[in-house]
Amino acid sequence: MSVTNLLENWSQFRHFHPVDDKPHDPYKWAMSIDLDACTGCNACSVACYAENNIPVVGKERFSHGQQMHWIRIERYWDEDQNAVGGRDFPDQGAQFLPMMCQQCEAAPCETVCPVAATNHTSDGLNSQVYNRCIGSRYCSANCPFKVRYFNWYDYPSDDAWPAEMSQQLNPDVTVRGKGVMEKCTFCIQRVNEAKVKAKSEGRLVRDGEIQTACQQVCPTSAISFGNLVDTESRVHKQWEAQKVELDKDKQEKDEQEGGSKLRGYRILEELRPYPSVMYLERVRESAV
Amino acid sequence: MKDINEDIAWAKINQDVLKSLENPRKLYWVIVLSALAVFSVGVGCEVYQYNVGMGVANLNNPHVWGLYIATFIFWIGMSHSGTLLSAILHLMHADWRKPIYRFAEAMTTFSLMTAGLFVMVHIGRLWQFYYSLPYPNERGLWPNFQSPLLWDAMAIFTYLSSSILFLYVGMIPDLAIARDNIHEGWRKKLYSALALGWEGTDRQWRNFRVTYLTIACFLIPLAVSVHSIVASDFAMSQQPGWHVTSFPPYFVAGALYSGCAAIITLFIILRYVFRFEEYMTLPILKKTVRLTFAISMVWTYLNAVEFASVWYSHDEASKAVLIQKATGPYAPFWWGMIFCGSVVPLVLAIKRFQTSIPVLFVVSLLLNLGMWLERWMIVAPTFSHGYYPWTWDHDQWPSLVQWGMVLGSFGWFTLLFMIFCKVFPSVSMYEVKEMVYHRKLHSKKSESQGAH
Repeated sequence: MSVTNLLENWSQFRHFHPVDDKPHDPYKWAMSIDLDACTGCNACSVACYAENNIPVVGKERFSHGQQMHWIRIERYWDEDQNAVGGRDFPDQGAQFLPMMCQQCEAAPCETVCPVAATNHTSDGLNSQVYNRCIGSRYCSANCPFKVRYFNWYDYPSDDAWPAEMSQQLNPDVTVRGKGVMEKCTFCIQRVNEAKVKAKSEGRLVRDGEIQTACQQVCPTSAISFGNLVDTESRVHKQWEAQKVELDKDKQEKDEQEGGSKLRGYRILEELRPYPSVMYLERVRESAV
Repeated sequence: MKDINEDIAWAKINQDVLKSLENPRKLYWVIVLSALAVFSVGVGCEVYQYNVGMGVANLNNPHVWGLYIATFIFWIGMSHSGTLLSAILHLMHADWRKPIYRFAEAMTTFSLMTAGLFVMVHIGRLWQFYYSLPYPNERGLWPNFQSPLLWDAMAIFTYLSSSILFLYVGMIPDLAIARDNIHEGWRKKLYSALALGWEGTDRQWRNFRVTYLTIACFLIPLAVSVHSIVASDFAMSQQPGWHVTSFPPYFVAGALYSGCAAIITLFIILRYVFRFEEYMTLPILKKTVRLTFAISMVWTYLNAVEFASVWYSHDEASKAVLIQKATGPYAPFWWGMIFCGSVVPLVLAIKRFQTSIPVLFVVSLLLNLGMWLERWMIVAPTFSHGYYPWTWDHDQWPSLVQWGMVLGSFGWFTLLFMIFCKVFPSVSMYEVKEMVYHRKLHSKKSESQGAH
């Protein structure tokens, strides 16, 4: 932000709310994740580590909770798993949920950063500027999903990538030093590469041209990623079919009484961060 | 019983107070050296953390804030009592504050400096700290004016500079006394420079009064706003347990509370170390104790308001955090806070204990322990029981590095405070003289009235 911003267009400096006159013209990146397809194999997490130069912190630091996985697979079990007469292992209703930065439209992390190191981009991403970050960690404190990860140690000099391993680092992605916050970027390096290419060819990015690393490796294609503004994109169609709208905090599914056939929902929508990731409920035959 | 014996001669006041500036007693050296040792522990921890990374504090990914922030709030809170005693009570013409407000003001300044250190040790990239300061710069970038942390930075800098000014301005007549009564040496030069050529003329006194009053009036809203802004760090966020409307007044009450308790502690220490028994008298202590008791009850009330509003809010997440505090892994500390903050002060209501120095010393330390726990219980439990279930099974315990720095901050504060007391008069001489003088006038008046 410059002085001009401060004096002239402070109110427009940030997108407060997704309902602007022209939201994200011509791109708004969004995701949808089909929990029915997710098998909890963790391939997305591994791919993310490889693609985004995420340090592997080791067993000890992981047990201290200092892990860096930008996308994590959460396991949930049915409530009666411990009850008397409860179900045994295979039938405990295990459920997996891949969780990464939800790229909120009204992101709680953005407003609280003292140095404006995390900002909203015009294509609807929640960007993190590593060079600007001073590491106050307020963003993580205010993140309802707790998907921001802090560099507790200086991993590059801490042998996170010993000798030849450093040759496998992705040259398109910064290697972060100690004391900065980081999180899922929706593979911004791939997004930007495609945007630059499309621009040089005088067109918009086509659906499917960009694949995030997690999407690319998902064996069951549970993850889809694309431009929500493009009515022909897979993501747009999925959101539309589920009647999930970006700028609402309560979707049609929640308003229908006695259960709905719609499966799409967004996590912690009621806090009004307007997340950009839609999850599709698991279709289950068992109880709950 | 009178606040202060009215037969003290003015020359004796000068003598007694100036004596505190010379020839340190053995006890003084013991305190200073142990404070220095404790402070070095903190410095060692910070050097280690700076070199290796924040990870050594054993913070982790959902629990990104820990003791540093809690202790930061604690020290900011501590700073409020000085303003209460010197500015608010000054405007209310409460004369009993006069012998003790100087050290309370020094406490304000030094605890703000200590709090500032915690902001520094908390951030991950200390070397980029200046990014958060709002000044025109070659980077063409400004900090984010929406962030409560930035408001914090600005409020604390303003408060610190104003309270240094207030402390200094209030000291000018005393510095002149010191200048006139001290032997040649570096002290004489220091006092001559700082006294700004004070001669005690009528005009100087008039200007002095106006200046002092103006700064006092300016400082009161500032003090209230500083701690309200610190409360906003939490109240403005969306997290359960933090998103509470009553936080600003609650924080201010807590601040005055811990500050008053600290005044009692330092009152007792100074009284012994510098032999100020004649100025820091028991009736004054008693008034401070009563004030502390009143504030402790306000704090207890606001605490109850917070619990009640969470309980009846039907906000499941906030309720869960409250239940977690009372029954979860933090329960011993949470109940400790309730005990030290709301039960222990009941001792102060008993008349016998209001002037009993050993009891008051222990109680005042317990009150501050309770207030420190309060700050920790505001910061930590929200992280282990936030909105998102993934955070619920993550435990976190501060490492020795964090504890070392918390300890070190007490050393740093004591060090600054003890040096201040040796270099500057820690009892306001001119105002104690006023007290004695006023009393004499009053007693003469009543005598003459009685004769007629």
